[in-house]
Amino acid sequence: MYEKEKDLVQSFLDGRLSRRSLIKRFAALGVGATTAGTLVNMMSTNAMAADFDWKKHSGTGVKLLLNKHPYTDAMIANLDNFKALTGMDVQYDVFPEDVYFDKVTAALSSGSTEYDAFMTGAYMTWTYGPAGWITDLNEWIGDSEKTAASYNWEDILPGVRQSCAWNGQPGGALGSADAKQWCIPWGYEQNNLAYNRNMFETAGLSVPTNLDEMVDTAAKAKASLDGVYGIGVRGSRSWASIHPGFLSAYANYGQKDLNVGADGKLSAAMNTDVSKEMHAKWVKMIQDSGAPDWSTHTWYQVGTDLGAGASAMIYDADILGYFMNGGDNKEAGNLAYAPFAANPEASAPTPNIWIWSLAMSEFSKKKDAAWYFMQWASGPEHGLFGATQMDFVNPVRQSVWDDMGFRDRLDKSYPGYVDMHDVSAPGAKIQFTAQPLFFDLTTEWAATLQKMVANEVPVDEGLDQLADSVNRQLKEADLG
Amino acid sequence: MSDHSLASPPPKRRFRIGRRVLPYLLSMPALLVCIGILVPFVTAALYSLQRYRLSQPWARKYNWGENYLNFLSDPSFWNTLKISLVYAGTTVTLELFLGLGIALLLQKRTRFNNFVSIMLLMPLMTAPVLAALMWKLMTNSGFGILSYMVSLLGIQDFRWASSPDTALLTVVLVDIWVYTPFIMILLLAGLRSLPSQPFEAAALDGVPRTFVFWKITLPMLMPYILTATLFRLLDSIQQFDIIYAMTQGGPGDKLTVFQVEAYLNFFQSTNIGRSAALMMILWAITFVLSNIFIKNWLKLRERAR
Repeated sequence: MYEKEKDLVQSFLDGRLSRRSLIKRFAALGVGATTAGTLVNMMSTNAMAADFDWKKHSGTGVKLLLNKHPYTDAMIANLDNFKALTGMDVQYDVFPEDVYFDKVTAALSSGSTEYDAFMTGAYMTWTYGPAGWITDLNEWIGDSEKTAASYNWEDILPGVRQSCAWNGQPGGALGSADAKQWCIPWGYEQNNLAYNRNMFETAGLSVPTNLDEMVDTAAKAKASLDGVYGIGVRGSRSWASIHPGFLSAYANYGQKDLNVGADGKLSAAMNTDVSKEMHAKWVKMIQDSGAPDWSTHTWYQVGTDLGAGASAMIYDADILGYFMNGGDNKEAGNLAYAPFAANPEASAPTPNIWIWSLAMSEFSKKKDAAWYFMQWASGPEHGLFGATQMDFVNPVRQSVWDDMGFRDRLDKSYPGYVDMHDVSAPGAKIQFTAQPLFFDLTTEWAATLQKMVANEVPVDEGLDQLADSVNRQLKEADLG
Repeated sequence: MSDHSLASPPPKRRFRIGRRVLPYLLSMPALLVCIGILVPFVTAALYSLQRYRLSQPWARKYNWGENYLNFLSDPSFWNTLKISLVYAGTTVTLELFLGLGIALLLQKRTRFNNFVSIMLLMPLMTAPVLAALMWKLMTNSGFGILSYMVSLLGIQDFRWASSPDTALLTVVLVDIWVYTPFIMILLLAGLRSLPSQPFEAAALDGVPRTFVFWKITLPMLMPYILTATLFRLLDSIQQFDIIYAMTQGGPGDKLTVFQVEAYLNFFQSTNIGRSAALMMILWAITFVLSNIFIKNWLKLRERAR
């Protein structure tokens, strides 16, 4: 590397130069943004090595279980830097999401020592944690011998960080003082609005700002645009249909899935009057303007329909809108984003979030070495590399969101994305009650929604039946 | 005594031990296979008698028949039983009729018939889960070829697996597409192996074709029909891949057959006890069905002798 470039990167690493200025000066020297990013990343790695014994586990190998995802791709693309930094070897198995969690369950429930760390969602830790399959990571996070000072745990967005911590008590608040840190947030998704600007302009539509407007706008879009349905939301018979847009809207009305009694017992809370009103609007929206085959729609169909121009908007994971605005998608470049608060009386959005996280297997024989990998992968340097050089979106670190290079990149190609994130991030967290029957109850909730949309059961009756069933199951499990 | 013992040496001790152990040694492979089969089975049976959720390991205990007793008052279990039986009954009946019809059409050995019978086997070579995904695309409301063809018939907005009214029909169609060739090839082999004399005699006597079919062909073919039905019924009542790939058991609870329900209970809810109890009931159903069919098959064989 030439001395001038070296000096520039050093100034940046010392905090004397902003990323934006760095890239401008690199441009003046004829260095492209990608090369500049790579140089910064390389020198960041060198800088990291200065203040922490990264070589402590040199020669040790760890094995990871990973889901096929852009986050995984970003990590693999940067893995050589980790190997150079630590002298460690990293092996990994990557599985598609359809079978990924079955593989995790099989590996962990058998007590396999094959994998040291793995990707997970925070909801899954509500099973893995009490089962004794994963390790409380507080022990490592708080140990300055094992965690670099530059790791800066507090830099991770509070709502996201706390959503991965639970004390194991059914109904216990996430992030409470006695909570165990079951996993480390890696990347996360808020649920907001992504819409097709061209379609909205053609049909003369305004961006909806609450659920009533969304119902109307979706209906108008369907009526005005030939062969396009109004709104994409998930509908398959799965817990995964409840947690994105649906629960974000539900929580915005101040509604809860479960009540936690003074005695710690849980009971169903989804058949209140407000909940019934909200459900009725949601059901009508799908009936009037949802995908014709809504009941089979997973995140994949919701995303690809938006990218292919089959839907006018989606209320789902924001990163679906992000990915559909690029690549070979028909509507690439035509999508825009907006924060969404379903309740007209709410002051801000309250998106429920999905967090791809890293967890450590309790059966690992190399926990300290695995933690070295985990702290590097969830650290600020890799976060910034992934966010600026790859598609590691949404990053979980405030420092990455503050980075002007990252914000400029998003603003340029993803109009409204940064604003959407900034507006809804303060209210973004897991809105569910943490408890071991999460998957049973949410899957049944999804099945009940399907029955309501198919007019097999009226909304009021369906919710009462659901609440009865939930209460019965909670009692059977000694939770209610 | 001593003379005798000198004249003929005593038999080798090793040989005597070998003779005693030999029967056990010979049956050892079968025993090992049997253990390999029985260990998971017994484990599942034991799990089914426990309250066992992976997410609540502290609550794990034997509750003996409680999982089974809970089924009696659980509407979702009765729904599962009903859907599984309806699905199995519908698919096997339709596949049997279709398979028999096609086999009769292809009975005569000609180049064309041989070629068609091979081509008809193609769906059977497709993994059912891939077939389901293929049909999912073909029935897609936006671009599916089948949706388009149905719209040409004047039926707009036909929702296939997405509608509770047509979800069962859709998965049954996929099952028929995949498995009818299986029945067809079994029955075709049966038809072609039937002795020719009764048919020649009937032809000489000018017996009507329908009479020949009902009184000669069908009775002689019955062992093959029973075999095909048994295989398909056992497979069909344990259906998982087509239904899960297309609808995950939905819409609502329309297609929550045994395997789908047990899978969701095990892998999603990690409710091992309930999942194992469901599988044991499914095993009992298949055991009873197998016995009925095998007894009938043996009776037919006896009659044929």
